[in-house]
Amino acid sequence: MDFSVFFQPAFSGGGIYLDWVLSGIKWTLLVSILAWIIAFSVGSVLGVLRTSHLTVLRAPATVYVEIFRNVPLLVQMFIWYFVLPEIVPKSVGMWMKQGMPLPEFWSAVLCLGFYTASRVAEQVRSGIQSIPKGQTEAGLAMGLTRVQVYRHVLLPMGYRIVIPPLTSEFLTIFKNSSVALTIGVLELTAQARQISEYTFRTFEVFTVATVVYLLITLTVTVAMRALEKKVRVPGYIGSAGK
Amino acid sequence: MSRIYKALFTLLTITLMTAPVAAQELTGTLKKIKDTGVVKIGHRDASIPFSYLDDQQKPIGYGVDICLKIVDAIKAELKMPGVKVEFVPVTSQTRIPILSGGNIDMECGSTTNSVERQKQVAFAPTYFMTGTKLIVKKSSGIKGYDGLKGKTVVYTQGTTNERAMKAYNDEKKLGINFIPAKDHAESFLAVDTGRAAGFPMDDILLYSLRASAKNPADFEVVGEFLSDDPYGIMMRKDDPAFKKLVDNTVTGLYKSGEINKIYTKWFQSAIPPKGINLGFPMSDALKALVKNPSDQGVEACGKMKC
Amino acid sequence: MFTGFDFDVIQRSLPYLWQGMVFTLGLTMLSMAGGIFLGTLLALMRLSSSRILNLPAGGYVNLLRSTPLILVIFWFYFLVPIAIKKISGDAYAQGIGPFYSALIAFTMFEAAYYCEIIRAGIQSVPRGQVQAAYALGLNYRLAMMKVVLPQAFRNMIPILLTQGIILFQDTSLVYVVGLTDFMGAAGKVAQRDGRLVEMYLFAALVYFLLCFTASHIVKRLQVRYSVGR
Repeated sequence: MDFSVFFQPAFSGGGIYLDWVLSGIKWTLLVSILAWIIAFSVGSVLGVLRTSHLTVLRAPATVYVEIFRNVPLLVQMFIWYFVLPEIVPKSVGMWMKQGMPLPEFWSAVLCLGFYTASRVAEQVRSGIQSIPKGQTEAGLAMGLTRVQVYRHVLLPMGYRIVIPPLTSEFLTIFKNSSVALTIGVLELTAQARQISEYTFRTFEVFTVATVVYLLITLTVTVAMRALEKKVRVPGYIGSAGK
Repeated sequence: MSRIYKALFTLLTITLMTAPVAAQELTGTLKKIKDTGVVKIGHRDASIPFSYLDDQQKPIGYGVDICLKIVDAIKAELKMPGVKVEFVPVTSQTRIPILSGGNIDMECGSTTNSVERQKQVAFAPTYFMTGTKLIVKKSSGIKGYDGLKGKTVVYTQGTTNERAMKAYNDEKKLGINFIPAKDHAESFLAVDTGRAAGFPMDDILLYSLRASAKNPADFEVVGEFLSDDPYGIMMRKDDPAFKKLVDNTVTGLYKSGEINKIYTKWFQSAIPPKGINLGFPMSDALKALVKNPSDQGVEACGKMKC
Repeated sequence: MFTGFDFDVIQRSLPYLWQGMVFTLGLTMLSMAGGIFLGTLLALMRLSSSRILNLPAGGYVNLLRSTPLILVIFWFYFLVPIAIKKISGDAYAQGIGPFYSALIAFTMFEAAYYCEIIRAGIQSVPRGQVQAAYALGLNYRLAMMKVVLPQAFRNMIPILLTQGIILFQDTSLVYVVGLTDFMGAAGKVAQRDGRLVEMYLFAALVYFLLCFTASHIVKRLQVRYSVGR
C-alpha cells in the first residue's frame, strides 16, 4: 500500500491528487446539503398534506410520493438531466443546457432533493400520525383552527418524533449523492475513480474515499444525536422507533 | 553409422522436434481457455466501426472480426473446435481493470496503445492508426481547439483524448469547462443536443459518429491532430504464449493480405445498422504498419507534455 | 410536445430490453436470497453476547451502511478479481465474470441492510419464547431454527419484500460499470440511436409500474399478516 500517491502532482490543473479528493468532498457536501434543504422543505409540506382530511390536498401529495418512490434514482437523474431539457420549450431547454451555470450540478441537486422529499414526506406523515388523535381533538376543542393545530401541536411534536428516521434519510442523501457521477458531477466517488484511473492505485484511493464517507456518517450521526437530545420531548423517548 | 544408429537418430530428431508441442505445458490465458472452454472478449458499445452493437445488439466490427480470427487460431492451437466466445461489454473507463481482473481475455475495440497503458497491459500489433481531432456543430463556427476558449467540452472518461485535450487546455490556458461522459455515443449526444461545444476524439470515431447521426451535415470534424493513436487489441501483461498467438494471428492476416478484405468490409462498404459507407481508405501510416507490424506505444498525452 | 420523437424505437428494441430485464430480475432475486441468508448470520452474530462475534459483524454492517452503493460496486467489480489473484497466487486466475461480480457486490451490500431488519425482527420475538424453548431442552441452534426465526421471519416478510423492491431499483446502478441490465439496455439503445427521451421515459414507466404493483401487493400482505397476529 502506498498512500504517497495523493501527494503526487496531479495530471491536470496544477495541484496534487489530494486536491482532487478535496474537490470531490466539496461537491459531495454541496450536492447533499442543498438537496437536503429541498428534501426537507418539500418533504415536510407533502408529509403534512398527506395527513390532511381533504382529498384535494391529500391526493396530489400521495401521487407525488408514489411516483418518486417507485422510480430508481438513477433513472430520475437521467430524466432531470437528459430528458427534461428536450421536452420543455426549446429556448428554455437551451438555457438549461448552456445558459445556466453548472447544469449537471443543479440537475443533481434538484433530482436528489425531490427524490428524497418523497421519503421525508413519509417520515413526517408517520410522525404526525403517531401522535394520539386526542391531541388534535383537544386542540380543536380549545378553539384552534386546523392550521393552528398543525402549527402549535402536531408539527412541534411530529418533528421531534421523526428526528431518528430523518437522520437516516439525511445520511442516505450523502450516499445517494454519488449517483450524480452518472451525469458528470465530479463528486467524491467520481474523483476516486478518476484518480485510480490516472495512478492505477485503486486500492488506496477507494480506501480513502470509503473512510471519508465513514467520517461523514459519523459526524452527522453525532450531530443529530446531540440535536435529538436537546429537543427530546419528556416521556416520549424513542417513541417513533425505526 | 549403422542402420540402427540412423534409426535412433531419426527417432531422436522427431522426438526433439515434436516435443515442444507435446510436452509444452500450457500456461496463462491459453490454459484458462483450455480449462474453461470459453474465450471472453471485451467489446465496446459505440466504437464504430471497430466494436459496436448492431441493431440486434450483437457486438460487431473491424476489431471484433480480427478477434474472431484469433479465436479461430486459439481453437486450432488447443485443438478444441468447441471453444465458446463470451462477449462482455466494457467502457473506456472499465476496460483495463476488467482485463487485469480476468473477466475478459482480450479487448477488441478502439484502445490506443500508449506507453503508460503498457505498464498495465500488453498490446497486439497496431491494427489502425488515428489521432485526436475535434467534432463541433457547424453552426458554432469553431474551427479549431482555440475556439473552445471558455466553452464546455465533453470527453469520454478514460481515453487518451481526454488527456491530450486537458493537457492542451492547461498549456494554452483556455479555461475550458469539462464534462465527463461514459461512452462515445453519450459524448456525441452532448454535442448534438447542444450541451457541449466540442468533443475531442480519435478522428475515425468522430467520422463514424457523424455518419450515423440524424443530420450528419450539422457536424464538422476540425483541428489538427492533437495526438497519434495507434489502436491495438489489448490483453494481459506477462503472458508470452498468448501474446505470441495473438501477434502471429494479426501479422498472419497482414502477410496474407486478408486484412485488406476485413478493412474494406468495415471502412469502405455499407455497414450495419444503417448501411452507411464510411469511405475511409487505408492510410499510408497503416499500410506501412501492415508491411512492418509494430506494437509500439505512444505517449499518453499526445503531442502535449504531461 | 412530442413531435420529432420516435416511440417506435422502443418496440424495435423490446427483445434486447427483455434480456436486460432478465438480468435485472436475476440479479435482484439472487442477491436478495444471498443478502437474507448472510444478513441472518450477521444478525445472529450481532445479537450474540460474544465480542468476537458481535464486534466484527457490527463493524461490517456499519461500514457497508456508510458507503455509497456505487462505491461498493466499484470495490467489488475492480478489486475482488485482483484479490482473488493475490490470494490464489495465480496471476491468470479467471475473473468470476461481470454478473457474479455484481451479484457478490449486491449480496454483500444488501446483507448489511437485511441484517438490521432481521435483527429487529428477532428482537421483536418475546423473550419468553426463547426461555420456553430452552426450558423445553432445545439448544441455541434448535431454539433459533424452530422457534425464533420462523416467527421473526413471519413478522418481517413485508419489510424484507419492501427492501427487495428497493434492491430491484438499486440494481440499475450496475450502469456505472457498463453492464446490460434493463436500464443498461435502455441506455445503450438510447445513446446509439440518439433517443434519450423516449428510452429513459419508457424505462421510468416500466420501473414505476413494476415497483408500484409490487409495493401494493406487499401492503396487502402486511394487512393480512397483521390481522393474523
